[in-house]
Amino acid sequence: MQVTVAVNGQEHTRQVEPRLLLVHFLRDELGLTGTHWGCDTSNCGMCVVLMDGEPVKSCTVLTATAAGHQIRTVEGLEVDGRLDPVQEGFRQEHGLQCGFCTPGMMLTARALLDRHARDTTPDELTDEEIREAISGQICRCTGYTTIVRSIRWAAERERVRTKEEV
Amino acid sequence: MQVPAPFEYERATSVDHALELLRQLGPEARILAGGHSLLPMMKLRLATPGYLIDIDGLAGELGYIRAESDEIHIGAMTRHRALLESPLLAERAAIFTDAERVIADPIVRNRGTIGGALCQADPAEDLGAVCSAIGAQTVVRGLDGDRVLDIDDFHRGPYQTAVEDDEMLLEIRVPLRARSGSAYEKVDRRVGDWAVAAAGASLSLDADGRIAEAGVALAAVGADIACAQARDELIGREPTREVLERAGAAAAAACSPVADQRGSVEYKRHVAGVLTVRALERAATRAQTGPAG
Repeated sequence: MQVTVAVNGQEHTRQVEPRLLLVHFLRDELGLTGTHWGCDTSNCGMCVVLMDGEPVKSCTVLTATAAGHQIRTVEGLEVDGRLDPVQEGFRQEHGLQCGFCTPGMMLTARALLDRHARDTTPDELTDEEIREAISGQICRCTGYTTIVRSIRWAAERERVRTKEEV
Repeated sequence: MQVPAPFEYERATSVDHALELLRQLGPEARILAGGHSLLPMMKLRLATPGYLIDIDGLAGELGYIRAESDEIHIGAMTRHRALLESPLLAERAAIFTDAERVIADPIVRNRGTIGGALCQADPAEDLGAVCSAIGAQTVVRGLDGDRVLDIDDFHRGPYQTAVEDDEMLLEIRVPLRARSGSAYEKVDRRVGDWAVAAAGASLSLDADGRIAEAGVALAAVGADIACAQARDELIGREPTREVLERAGAAAAAACSPVADQRGSVEYKRHVAGVLTVRALERAATRAQTGPAG
């Protein structure tokens, strides 16, 4: 079947089998290998991408279903050569060691910060909220501590920036 | 690498369209809602439908939680996240909120739907027990019209429901009763794992504070979800600690867990009993402090 999927703001049309999962479409058809492929059972969260701004496990979404939605992968975080604050946070706070879980973690963090910013009265993000948001993703290196710190770093950076703009 | 067996794919543009496709394609067709129950089954080749009818496009039409006179109506495409975040459910049917906090993980909850979960009818799945405990009804639609089924008639056994090949689940109806409370308790080993055991409970009290209506349901401890033995210990009595403990003991005795890496039969039975009492206690507190009318 022919599908057209919007990934990082660009539409891609391909002939695919209906059973092709989104993670394999991204990696094998589009060459976007930043989306990692892990447990294949929607447990580990390596394959997390954003679908209309919310994190989903792309091993459990058909490419055919993804057509008609906006997909954002880790390759779409950097804009015009500028790292996303989340990416900067992971660099500043050593949010990765082997890096295998990092793309999914960063995309979940991006969605969390975006959602938080839309709240009418956004308080400071708590570590508990951050840990809850990434609770469907596994990291075997960091013990999560530096990941939480990285996301908090990004949240703080965006809060300061928003204040400056106001 | 886990890949589903080949299938033909159709996208439904309306409920009627989905029903027409179901009739046209026959028993080899399955509805794909959020995909987080059916796709894992297909990847394991435990399900090999010849056709998938994707109702992702109906998420708007069938994604709602609204109060209707004496019921809450929940559309079949309502996602776990929406159930978790619903103020209406938190206030009037808190068993949903309790359960959704511990169903899978936040990312899975972004996609999975109540209709998909109920139609999968996995006896270890939480929403089946939630709906049974609270005495929900289901609206099942075919081209010839709607059928309204009590949840316990909807459930036909593990992985089996009353939904016929050319029908689809449309809506879940939750009764709103005065002086009522409900709660859900679960023990799992880690986020996203299947439960060791889980228990849901709902209670309605009469003007004298006696239990007029009750529901107890268990997940992950056998094929039977509704627990009539526990319910029988409750009706007509005051929700004292002693009465609730008798209901918990009845639930523990009635369930039929199997030993696996999550625990022995004895352990699971014990957990089921303890969780039943805890859920009943919280349901009773909520019934005593919630809206009277």
